Amino acid sequence: MTGTGSIGRKLTLLLAGVAALLSLLSWAMVNGLAKQAAERTQDNVLAASATTIAETLRSEQGEVRLELPYSAFSMLGAIGEDRVFYRVTAGEQMLTGYEDLPLPSDPPSQGQVVFDTAQFSGEAIRMASVSRVIFAGVQAVPVTVTMAQTRNGVSAITSDLSQLAAFLSVMFFLVAVAMSAFAAQTSLKPLNEIAAAVARRGPSDLRPLRREAPTELAPLMTSLNRLMDRLGQSIRRSEDFIAEAAHRVRTPLATVRAQAEVALRTTDDDAEKQRLRRIIRAVDESSRSAGQLLDHATVAYRAEDLSRHPTDLADIARKTVDGLEPTAAMKDIYIKLDTAPATVSGDAVLLENAFRNVLDNAIKYSPEDTTVTVRVFVENGYARAAVVDEGPGLGDGPAENLTERFRRGRNTEGIVGSGLGLTIASDVLRAHGGHLDLGQPTKGKGACVTLVLPSS
Amino acid sequence: MRYACLALILTFLAGVSSALEVEDHRRYPGTGNEELHVISTADLEVFEPYLLAFQAARPDLTIDYTVASSAELHRAIRNGAVFDLALSSAMDLQFQLANDGYAQRHQSDRTLALPNWAKWRDLIFAFTAEPAVMVLSTERFAGLPVPTTRQELVGVLRQHPDVFEGAIGTYDVRESGLGYLFATQEARSTDAYWRLSEVMGRLDPQLYCCSGQMIDDVTEGKLALAYNVLGSYAADRLARASGGKVQVLSMQDFGNVMLRTALIPSNATNPDAAGLMIDMLIDLGLRSTPENWPLPPLNQVGIDHAAGFSQIRLGPALMVYLDPLNRRAFLSEWENAMVQK
Repeated sequence: MTGTGSIGRKLTLLLAGVAALLSLLSWAMVNGLAKQAAERTQDNVLAASATTIAETLRSEQGEVRLELPYSAFSMLGAIGEDRVFYRVTAGEQMLTGYEDLPLPSDPPSQGQVVFDTAQFSGEAIRMASVSRVIFAGVQAVPVTVTMAQTRNGVSAITSDLSQLAAFLSVMFFLVAVAMSAFAAQTSLKPLNEIAAAVARRGPSDLRPLRREAPTELAPLMTSLNRLMDRLGQSIRRSEDFIAEAAHRVRTPLATVRAQAEVALRTTDDDAEKQRLRRIIRAVDESSRSAGQLLDHATVAYRAEDLSRHPTDLADIARKTVDGLEPTAAMKDIYIKLDTAPATVSGDAVLLENAFRNVLDNAIKYSPEDTTVTVRVFVENGYARAAVVDEGPGLGDGPAENLTERFRRGRNTEGIVGSGLGLTIASDVLRAHGGHLDLGQPTKGKGACVTLVLPSS
Repeated sequence: MRYACLALILTFLAGVSSALEVEDHRRYPGTGNEELHVISTADLEVFEPYLLAFQAARPDLTIDYTVASSAELHRAIRNGAVFDLALSSAMDLQFQLANDGYAQRHQSDRTLALPNWAKWRDLIFAFTAEPAVMVLSTERFAGLPVPTTRQELVGVLRQHPDVFEGAIGTYDVRESGLGYLFATQEARSTDAYWRLSEVMGRLDPQLYCCSGQMIDDVTEGKLALAYNVLGSYAADRLARASGGKVQVLSMQDFGNVMLRTALIPSNATNPDAAGLMIDMLIDLGLRSTPENWPLPPLNQVGIDHAAGFSQIRLGPALMVYLDPLNRRAFLSEWENAMVQK
């Protein structure tokens, strides 16, 4: 699987990027608006000042007179500590003020305020000019009042607001990033939950996932369930095939064995007898393998839909021991049975199958003239059926490997076997919520295989 | 303003120093070569302690101290006379110098400690707050009620013209920058000013250039009353005892408080030393105890809280009465009231 990075991180980064962009944008906007507002405030104050002065204009004895009102100047101190310049001209003649103050680029018409920016006395200034026509004697004289102010106050206000806006933008960005991370985590939670649910499942659990999932994940869930369904079907089909094949093989094998026995009995040639015995043994082994394959398929099939009934493990042990006693007797193996009632809830057929495989193994690997001990007891709420033999033991390899399909112990050369026995037993026990315990007896050599099941 | 361009150029040609009307001048030689040239409206006897205190801190510095009227000081700086520090009681003229670009910036931890109302653009710095008061002669006022408002003062003057005929002193606002500032601010703030001026005008008032002379004349009994005298000078002189012959009076209805300001002219040759001197003056201006300095600090209990006293604001409005048209109009009205022929 190739990784293409984390969705959560990508989502967080993307959202943070959007937040950064928005923060920057809002900062720039606030900046622009603050500048505009401050400039407009200054314009309004300048206009008010110029208008106030223009209102004092009057004609006296044929001359234009005016009086600079105190308020017209004091209001200019409102914005900040800005330098103030002014000029009043009547027609071409200068009445009062700063003679070299620049003229407004387009002269104001009657009653209108004209704004302009210029350079004066080494600083940028903002000017507001108002014009009024005064009748001085016989002729109308246009009088222009210009009030000008430096722009430090405006800059100070703007930079103050800009700093505040920058601070707020950074705060907004940080909050947005935290919230993005949270949002990404929250929206990815169902996905993680589904992944965890799948990961928690046992190796053979192919039931469909039945979980509440967001709409976006529904297709994934459906596909996943369909895949598992197909996989289950395919496994079942192959198990069915194996069972069918084993079944088909077993019947002709029985015929071959019967014919070989007949031939063995009717021949006197020792060499031929020897050959026939070998044939019989091989047929037995094949039949056994086929039986085990069938058992395995049965286990797989029945474990899927387990029927649970109270079953006494001791009963099963006794019945199985009875069934295998003749086989043991052939090798002069004595089976010692020591049982106490141990009721478990489960499928009697499967449990018997499991126990038979374990006991069969024990007999198979035990040398002649030894004892196999079977003990059934309850301990710590678990029913246990232990089978102890005096054979070569389970070897040094990891015990768990022995329950894998077709895996056999290292010290089994010379003994025929399919490697399915312990696998079947282990599968059955796992389906019942128990497990197979592989180990050594407390004293002497040999193997100790214990079926452990929750007692009921 | 700039209505005398030609005169200005001529003044330049004639030489700056010769154009300056110096009232007093003294050098305080230091041990080093560095010099600090101060032009001020404060009399030497008032300001000498400050100069000596500064020289004690900087003994290497030679201090050159020139006393001139506020109008002369203003004109000199405007015409490009070279000084490192200009100290003036005429706030309006100082403000105009700063506004028109004749001052340079100064910033230090001391100027930062100064409240906003006591500085402007880091160009001008206030270091004293001095109220306008009335000084009266107790001998001449014997038996008369002591007025506490302008209204009462008008009443007293009207009822006893014999006592006050030719015995009222006040600033000649045409000559004194400070007098003009006090008069315009008072005219703006209370309508009683013009009524009082009318009444005074009928009593043949004596016009002065400076507070010091008015107080001397009250002490000598030549004047019964001096109106709009600088409180600091009055207090200073009274401290040197007149044997209870004079009394300082604050009007309860309204009183101006002037801020004495300092600025470093833009062409100063030793702005660093000037900055240090300003820092020292601000330090003294911010002191909380009166101590033994001739000039009062910025925050004075009693002035701040007394009803009617208002500080003249350091702001563009100060330039209104400096406008030649406004000045002409105000002076003609003042002359009509005061100098009745």
